[in-house]
Amino acid sequence: MLANLTSSERQNAFAIAVLVTLAGVLMAAVGRTDTLGIQGVIVILFAGTISWYIMSSFYAPEPSEDRSASYYDDPIKIGILLSMGWAVFGMFMGVWVAAQLAWPNLAFDSGWSTFGRLRPTHTTGVIFGFGGNALIATSFHVVQRTSRARLAGQVSPWFVLLGYNLFCVLAVTGYLLGITQSKEYAEAEWYADLWLVLVWVTYFVLYIATIARRKEPHIYVANWYFMAFILVVAILHIVNNLAIPVSWGSAKSYTIWPGVQDAMVQWWYGHNAVAFFLTAGFLGMLYYYLPVRAQRPIFSYRLSILSFWGITFFYMWAGSHHLHYTALPHWVQTLGMTFSVMLLVPSWASAGNALLTLNGAWHRVRDDATLRFMMAAAVFYGLSTFEGSFMAIRPVNSLSHYTDWTVGHVHAGALGWVALITFGSLYTLVPSLWKKERMYSAALIEWHFWLAIAGTVIYVFAMWNSGIIQGLMWRTYTEEGVLAYSFLDSLVAMYPYYIARAFGGLLFLIGAVLACYNIWMTVRTVPDIARAADVPVVPSVVPGE
Amino acid sequence: MAEVERDPVTGREMTGHEWNGIKELDTPVPRGVLIFLIVTHVWAIAWWFFAPTWPLGTTYTKGLLEFDQRTTVEARVIEGQHERAWWTTRLATEPYDAIMADEALMQTVRDAGRQLFGDNCAACHGRDGRGRANYPDLTDEDWLWGGNPELIEETMRVGINTAHPESRIGQMPAFGRDAVLERDQVHNVAAYVYSLTNPDYSTPQNIERIEAGKEVFASTCAACHGENAEGSRDVGAPNLTDSYWVYGGSLDTIISSVHGGRQGHMPTWDERLTTAEIRTLAVYVHDLGTRQP
Repeated sequence: MLANLTSSERQNAFAIAVLVTLAGVLMAAVGRTDTLGIQGVIVILFAGTISWYIMSSFYAPEPSEDRSASYYDDPIKIGILLSMGWAVFGMFMGVWVAAQLAWPNLAFDSGWSTFGRLRPTHTTGVIFGFGGNALIATSFHVVQRTSRARLAGQVSPWFVLLGYNLFCVLAVTGYLLGITQSKEYAEAEWYADLWLVLVWVTYFVLYIATIARRKEPHIYVANWYFMAFILVVAILHIVNNLAIPVSWGSAKSYTIWPGVQDAMVQWWYGHNAVAFFLTAGFLGMLYYYLPVRAQRPIFSYRLSILSFWGITFFYMWAGSHHLHYTALPHWVQTLGMTFSVMLLVPSWASAGNALLTLNGAWHRVRDDATLRFMMAAAVFYGLSTFEGSFMAIRPVNSLSHYTDWTVGHVHAGALGWVALITFGSLYTLVPSLWKKERMYSAALIEWHFWLAIAGTVIYVFAMWNSGIIQGLMWRTYTEEGVLAYSFLDSLVAMYPYYIARAFGGLLFLIGAVLACYNIWMTVRTVPDIARAADVPVVPSVVPGE
Repeated sequence: MAEVERDPVTGREMTGHEWNGIKELDTPVPRGVLIFLIVTHVWAIAWWFFAPTWPLGTTYTKGLLEFDQRTTVEARVIEGQHERAWWTTRLATEPYDAIMADEALMQTVRDAGRQLFGDNCAACHGRDGRGRANYPDLTDEDWLWGGNPELIEETMRVGINTAHPESRIGQMPAFGRDAVLERDQVHNVAAYVYSLTNPDYSTPQNIERIEAGKEVFASTCAACHGENAEGSRDVGAPNLTDSYWVYGGSLDTIISSVHGGRQGHMPTWDERLTTAEIRTLAVYVHDLGTRQP
């Protein structure tokens, strides 16, 4: 990997890695009486390993050819491998916590293995580890191809990718140690959050700089979505994580937002993390890999515009629907609800645009499991956005809130949309990136597809059933005007559904393991192929190299 | 003017943009999409007129229906209290004998009590009230603090070993750990207590220890558990001669109870539940025991 860096770039990379290692030493020193010290040791190990790696091939030959004549694919390759590693980790943790809900004794006699600590390792593992690495990798790929320009930096893509993974590692190990901000999907503590700000701003600058050197007159839709994803996630992350640490030597901090405002900021963050991380980012993926795989033009440019601006505008207002019937003032809830409903058609426009793009390519959907992954993803995207708008309506929410219906809804989106579009994209990207003639095994992709679909459907149906049963049990009154069921009664009723959910998740995990094997064998064993020039055209135009 | 490129499959016009082989059709937004877009917006904007929605400095638009979740929920709570009043008033005020004599009212107590018990008591005492290790069975006839409804109500109201000023206090001291008794004495007295419910244990080789333990019992334990070890409900000291054990009746468990002491905890429900709810549960729990064999 270092072979593509010049001597001065290696120096810069080494300097950054050493600085981060020293930051780890500082954390370990000032936090020696706190869990912060252990996090410092993790930073030292992570950045120290990278420093050692850079040192070990510091004097290898420098790149000889003109790098601007080729795309920069090394960080993408590593990003894909990291993404798949996190997928297996995060989904395994998911199966574990799902099993704990059915059989609570499935924990070791120790704090780290309790549900409260394992659950965020699942969410962070799959959303940020799997999803985030896939987004970084594919966005680097898409922006180069659709701009016909090499990434606008040589060291910075590595800084973004590896720095981001350091954040994920700190977050997940922190949860196991009991470190948390207690904010859903924003559990990582202040020092990890500060580090992510640095990484994410670099990502944004790198992306914009690459777009700026594009040789195409227009910016492709996928890049609109990727840019929205990067920009808005930066804003959300910074605002929601404004906090004051107890001391410089403590992992614990307190948010600056008081009371119900904290709740509102948290769900403005939480909902827009769904919007801009799990929706906009993956729509960027869909808009590139689906038409490439289907070999069809996008159905409607105008629908793309309507959908993009609808999604970016309306989502911003919708977060308060997570706080219906709470201390949040009623008027804020009405705003959240109405904007959620206005969001529906723009969301569906994206799903529709994707599915209608397949017109003229349905025979490929039938024969090619990779394209079928993306088709199914668009269908699940449409289903879960409809469900989301529906559940945001207050009276509906009074039934669904706090129940497993919410969990089912999230997983219809996370498994059915996010994971399926990612697998479809990776199966398209991997052979092209490694210049292989095909994936190792089409049969394994077919198996993966059906395992993933079966897992998702079992999961979502189990949670719909249990969620609606819960909601009804919690609101059923007897003639005497008292609740007909205690909370424990509703838990007993959940038991079979919790088993079904764990089973569905297990099928999905097995599919992901097959994908890892298939990708690995593709890289290792499938013969290379000379692909039609996958290089930026007119390389001499690129400035500054 | 150049011919606009058309898609060979659908015949639609292209936008002329191209990125690494990806092209776009210039399809107009389908009419159905626009209609649906308008419908959702009309629905949403109508809500703005009916419900509180937009902030205006320090206030907000109240909406034509002038409803607010806070007033709605307050009204519903009062309405619910009204609907339940016919039986909650009776439960809160009437003597227990009268309540238990009224079979129709008792059916209400069983329904309401089941839910109240499930949400408040079952976590420790089990959904069926049969308890589990370290938590007493409420369905048997053995009671630490008394099992008639008045005494159950009192136990619920003040709790056991709580911060409530009138809390019931039940402490079994740690005789061994705090060195009140010697190691042998602990073992001897445990042997004596064990022999009370296990006559087979009084074998010739044990009899000496049991006799020694009996003396320790008389001087140390009888103050609470009584001379004949039948316990005292005034201090929540259990009867040691029956077959009901909260912490277990094996010799080892008795030794650890004597060595380390026992301090059970039952929360006070005074502020969490209403008088009617506490009395409903008192009757319900009493009823659990009397209905079961």
